[in-house]
Amino acid sequence: MTDPSRAPERFRSRGFDAASFFFSGVTGIATAIILGILAIILLNITWHGWDGISLRFIVSGTDQDMFDVNKAGVLPMIVGTSARVILMTIFVIPVGVITAIHLTEYANPVSIHTRIIRGAVNNLAGVPSIVFGLFGLGFFIGFVGGEMDALFYPDSDEPVWGKPAILWASMTLAVMTLPVVIVATEESLKAIAPGLREASLALGATKLQTVAKVVLPQALPGILTGGILSISRAAGEVAPILFTGAAYYMSGYPTRPTDQFMDLGYHVFILSTQSPNIEQTRPILYATVLVLLLLTFTLNIVAVLVRAKMRRGMRQSH
Amino acid sequence: MSYTNAAFVTQPSGNNRSARWAGILRGKKRRPLEWLAEKGIFLVSLSAILMVFLIFLFVGREALPIFLGRMDSSVAIKVIQPDQMASLSREELQAYLELSDDEFAGMDEETLTLMMEVKLEEAAEAPEDKDASVNTTEWKYLLQPHQWTGYDKPEHIWQPVSEIHKYNIIPLLIGSLKATLVALLFAVPLSLAAAIYVSQLASPRVKEWLKPAIEMLAGIPSVVLGFFALLVMATVLQKVFGYDSRLNAFVAGVALGLAIVPVVFSIAEDALTSVPRSYTQAALALGSSKWQAAWRIVLPAALPGVFAAVVLGFGRAIGETMIVLMASGNASIVSWDLFESARTITATIAAELAETVFGDHHYRMLFMLGTLLFAVTFVSNLAADLIIHRLKKQLEGRT
Repeated sequence: MTDPSRAPERFRSRGFDAASFFFSGVTGIATAIILGILAIILLNITWHGWDGISLRFIVSGTDQDMFDVNKAGVLPMIVGTSARVILMTIFVIPVGVITAIHLTEYANPVSIHTRIIRGAVNNLAGVPSIVFGLFGLGFFIGFVGGEMDALFYPDSDEPVWGKPAILWASMTLAVMTLPVVIVATEESLKAIAPGLREASLALGATKLQTVAKVVLPQALPGILTGGILSISRAAGEVAPILFTGAAYYMSGYPTRPTDQFMDLGYHVFILSTQSPNIEQTRPILYATVLVLLLLTFTLNIVAVLVRAKMRRGMRQSH
Repeated sequence: MSYTNAAFVTQPSGNNRSARWAGILRGKKRRPLEWLAEKGIFLVSLSAILMVFLIFLFVGREALPIFLGRMDSSVAIKVIQPDQMASLSREELQAYLELSDDEFAGMDEETLTLMMEVKLEEAAEAPEDKDASVNTTEWKYLLQPHQWTGYDKPEHIWQPVSEIHKYNIIPLLIGSLKATLVALLFAVPLSLAAAIYVSQLASPRVKEWLKPAIEMLAGIPSVVLGFFALLVMATVLQKVFGYDSRLNAFVAGVALGLAIVPVVFSIAEDALTSVPRSYTQAALALGSSKWQAAWRIVLPAALPGVFAAVVLGFGRAIGETMIVLMASGNASIVSWDLFESARTITATIAAELAETVFGDHHYRMLFMLGTLLFAVTFVSNLAADLIIHRLKKQLEGRT
């Protein structure tokens, strides 16, 4: 008996139990239903969206009348969404990684304040996205931006910082995706063999040196996964950016942190609810959804693959 | 003992490694830089706590005047006759005429009297409705039905855009609960069955790709699920069930259910998997079938975790915004009929906040709804977190 996971197979019961067969079947069917619905959604969107996607659609901007099938493009939205998630990673990765380092490397795992930090991380993961939107408006725009205006531009009537902007949207999303980065990084830190740390310490390295030069490079794939997962989560979120920076329409691209931006997810919302004629808008709507889905799913699949590879490596090293 | 036996025991999740490690490191020499870095890392790690605190503080702060009853939404203007001017103190007069300090100081008696008369005329033009003098932000009007002018009987009404702002939150609560109820009824049985199948019955190889496949559902942005519910599901479900209004709590609830399936599934699957293998093996050795072991042994042992999964699913469903905004129809009515349109708390905030003026009562009312939502999800998250923590500790302790 070399593989412990095979052990139960040896104790299989001899008699045929109809109830067992039936209920096992029911659970199997439930699993199949979930996968079936997932497949239907993905196929439906791919099927209808494929025709709408052309090079012109990807690389051109949209007109003031964004419901015109022949003129609509999604480049401003792709740029806006990419810019806000990249800006977000700049804020969230350092904080998330350092928190994970504290939790795995420094903190006493059973102490009360470690429990509180973990509780806060879990809680943050469950806060509704619209509440993050309100928070972004109340804290970043109203408080931080408002105070900055009062400090730097006391004479200006128009708010400079205290208005919706790509900077505040990114910061709001960074707060929202903090748990994703923490959990992914922690997982990769735990997967590193303790022997490596001990070897480094035995050679006279300090704890900080060990963390910075031995542990962190090893954890890089995990940190990468965390970053990718947070981007994929944030890229599709609309509720937190509704009041913190997304624009219904703008003619140019965001160039300063105080500019607003157009967003793929918000554009999907606009196209599906504000269109004067939904039948005519349908092709560009489906195409936009497909672009958004391709963006988030590609990222998701990359994250899953990196993580699977990491787990396999971890299993071998034990 | 042998390698095989060790593998049966679930590894304790809290690693003693770091505790032991800390001991080694406190070397003989003091290292100020090291100490500083350690403190710095500790401070940054508090950011998650800080953020939860700040969310509560800043969302709550905007809603505070409502909670304290300091807001006044009445439309009618209080009238003071010009000849009573002498009986007012200077501060009262200034507040009544809504003047700034500078403006007030620069005015003589005559101008002030004139302004009082203008004020009187303004008041005469204000709507002559008995409801105009009602402060609709009082808790009484938020929760209890009120007979508004033009209605036959007392009713719960959320109608913040009319001349008299009606802020009764009961229709929104019912809307949110309706959609959440449908979502739970749809998602919980489905994801629990799938969790049992994946964690207990499927072979390890099948499990390896089933789990990520189901969790892929979490990768679909909620705005895409909302779009799908609006364009495809609404039509299909209407054909199947034959109800009248195309967009309703039922459609939104089913789409919402799809959004929480991955949450409920992952947590439940995790709880079921954390039950020690020895439990299952003992049952199988006594002659039970795989299903019997899963149903009678593993599920009861993991029950708190399954309950936590449902609680988290509830929190997620009640806080989801884009799906309900797009698929629920958004009419604020008091009706428990699932096939009627519903307006949820989240959709109300998302749809109305852009129309409000910073700091007015409508704005504050929406923040009040946000605070309520945050409080509900905070409690459900906290409860789920405690349940899971206790369960894991218990299961690890027993092995």
